[in-house]
Parts: sequence; structure tokens; C-alpha cells
Amino acid sequence: MRSAIGRVRGLGSAKEGTHHWWYQRLTAGANLLLMSWLLISIARQSSFDYAAMRMWMESGWVAIPMALLVVSVFYHFRLGLQVVIEDYQHDESRVVLMVLLNFFVIATGAVALFSIMKIALGAAA
Amino acid sequence: MASRNPARPLSPHLQIWRWGPHMLVSILHRATGSGMATVGTLLLVWWLAALAGGAESYATFRDVFTTEAGHLNVIGLVVAVGLTLSLFQHMMTGIRHLVLDTGAGYELKTNKTYAMATMVASVALTAIFWLVMGLN
Repeated sequence: MRSAIGRVRGLGSAKEGTHHWWYQRLTAGANLLLMSWLLISIARQSSFDYAAMRMWMESGWVAIPMALLVVSVFYHFRLGLQVVIEDYQHDESRVVLMVLLNFFVIATGAVALFSIMKIALGAAA
Repeated sequence: MASRNPARPLSPHLQIWRWGPHMLVSILHRATGSGMATVGTLLLVWWLAALAGGAESYATFRDVFTTEAGHLNVIGLVVAVGLTLSLFQHMMTGIRHLVLDTGAGYELKTNKTYAMATMVASVALTAIFWLVMGLN
């Protein structure tokens, strides 16, 4: 027997029952700020040609929030798609899709972050 | 893995309930999120990689979505409006979820109003965004 407060504090055997839920909300808040920044920044651009876009993203004021956006948004969609998979896949395909999801988010995230860093650190194209 | 006994009764599913705006925005939240997580992610990564790759790869990216004159072509319009509308809808229903998380907004009338408001706001914000983009 455990008291009600003991059950609440114990968080079960995994000790992290609210982890997924909380990080979904935390990244949602970060996404809201970072996406608002990106939309306003894009709307204020006068040109979208190569030189203008490179010059824009070379700045730390753009490269850093852009990298943060990638981390927050990609973490958020990783959590979201997990719930979608769990809701609709009930057999072994669930495991396969979860592995593919992890590969997808890490691979795309790596390319995105590398691209931002390459531009910001001024490597010649 | 969960194995299901088909003889067990199922709880009532979608076709049993009377359709309402709260159900629509719920599935819209999931659909727009899944769409952006797949199509949107690939396009964002392609855009960043093309820009990092140099003038030539950036031109290849741009040419898929724009005409010679530099305006959006049909693919560009569908993708641009589709993604921004999805983003604003997901953003608005996301804010709605954060409000619902506090325990507020479950009264039938309020809930219906919030659900409708997310759709009105997402269409309005998409229109404003492209109006500003068009003016530049």
C-alpha cells in the first residue's frame, strides 16, 4: 500500500511519467517565439536572392536563433510524430517506424545545423 | 506488443459523434503537424543545405518554386500557402491546447468559440503574411 501523495511523488517505476508531455509543451513555447521571429524576419526581407540570403544568415543574430529553431522544432515534431505512430500502429511496425523517425529527425537535424554553421562560420561555398 | 481480441466491444468512434468544430481543429492540429514534420522539414533542410552549398544549388532550389521573373510558380504557391496556413493553424490550435492545459475553456460554448477562432485566426494571419510579402 502506498499513500496517495507517495504515488504522486514516486512518478511510477519510470520516474519520468511527465517527461514527454512537458517537453512537448516546453518546445511548443520555444517554437512559438522562434517561429514568430522567423516569419517576421522573412516578411521584412527585401530580396531573397543568393547574396542577400547568405549575408542575412551569416549574422549571429540570425544563425543562432535559426539553429535554436531547428533544435526546438525538430525535438517537438519528434515527440509529436511519436504520438501519431503510437495511436495508429499496434504491432511490430510501431518499432520499425519509431526507429525510422529517430533516424529521420537526427539526419535532417544534422544537415540543417551543419548548413547553418557552414554559412555562419564563413566557409567558402 | 498489444494483441487485440476482436470480440471485445469498441468504444464509439468518429461516425457516432455529432461533428463539431472542436473535432475538426483536433484533427487539423494532427494533420498540419504531421505535414509540416515531413514535407516542411524536408523543404527547410533543402533550403538551408542549398544556401550553404553555393549559388548554383540555391538557384536549383529557387527555380523549382519560382518563375523566370522571380514570382512564385504553381508549385511555389501551393507549397508556400499550404505550409504557412498549416503553420498558423498548428500555432493557433497549439495555443488553444496550452489554454486547455490550464483547465480553462471546456464549457461547451467557450470551447466551440475557441475552436472556431483558431481557424479564423490562421486564415487571417496567412492572408496578412502574404500581403506583407507581396508588398515588399
